[in-house]
Amino acid sequence: MNPTSLLAFEFPPINMLLRWQDVAPTINKVVLIGIAAALIGMGIFLAAARKDPKVAPKGARNLAEVIIEFIEKQIIMQTMGPSGLAWTPFLLSIFIFIYLSNVPGVIPFIQMPATARMGIPAFMALMVWVVYNATGIKHQGPVGYFKSVLFPPGVPKALYILVTPIEIISTFIVRPFSLAVRLFANMLAGHLLLVIFALLSEALFQARDRILIPVGVLPFAVLLFLTGFEVLVAFLQAYIFTTLTAVYINMASHAEH
Amino acid sequence: MEALAAIARIAAEAGDAVADPAAAKNTAAAASAGYAYGLAAIGPGIGIGIIFGKAIESMARQPEAAGMVRTTMFLGVAFTEALALIGFVAFILLKFA
Repeated sequence: MNPTSLLAFEFPPINMLLRWQDVAPTINKVVLIGIAAALIGMGIFLAAARKDPKVAPKGARNLAEVIIEFIEKQIIMQTMGPSGLAWTPFLLSIFIFIYLSNVPGVIPFIQMPATARMGIPAFMALMVWVVYNATGIKHQGPVGYFKSVLFPPGVPKALYILVTPIEIISTFIVRPFSLAVRLFANMLAGHLLLVIFALLSEALFQARDRILIPVGVLPFAVLLFLTGFEVLVAFLQAYIFTTLTAVYINMASHAEH
Repeated sequence: MEALAAIARIAAEAGDAVADPAAAKNTAAAASAGYAYGLAAIGPGIGIGIIFGKAIESMARQPEAAGMVRTTMFLGVAFTEALALIGFVAFILLKFA
């Protein structure tokens, strides 16, 4: 039993017409989408910066102000308080890049979220890990930071044998791992569901037995619903990644009381 | 637990069909890979149900707090769903690698 022979579907040849060709040997569709997400994100805010800040915002400036207000009010004020507003550019960059990489999963002719491959989520999680550890070391000093993480105050001394390994694994291993896997697996699972239902409805619509063709309406309806759901998931995963980053930075800056 | 013994037997028979030992291990892992996601989905399924139930209850008790409850509910759902999806990643790793 070869594992690959257990695949329940095969890609039809017409798919080759819609395949994107690799620009260079390692620059494939996912990399192009990631680059486009970064450029579009930068473009929006560069265009907004040119506009006059003294008149009522219109166009690109209005969009940029809405996004920044969302990050400030719904993410930073809820998790870090007013002292965290200095982190707005960093969190804004994370949010915009992840959101613009998730959204192509529902856009026709692209239909690939760039975060469905582990490259982008793994690197974003690694970057957040470096940032929150560096913030802790900067605010509390290296010795103070590790002491407050590994030996949280308020725990009876005898329990440190149990608590410290759990805290090490939880703070330094589980947090970046879960950040990366949450984003990656959500987008991969959504992408796979869309692919499966699209291929299923196509196979039914083109079945040789005429009786199966009307049955194809059912997976097509599920496909429509799932596409709408994926729009929500794209935004939600970007919001959750950014909120958790803010929470981790906040926990690292303020010593555990 | 005869069910677990049956899983091991299916995987062993799948592995016996292939000659080379490394490929046999991969085949055996792939044959029992489906259980990974199935078992991983039990806990988060219950957890998400509890979250939504409590959210509906609290929205019914205090309708003016519905917006904040809804936001926090989505946040909690994403955390518990991450656990189920880690099981999904384990399935992919067993099946295709």
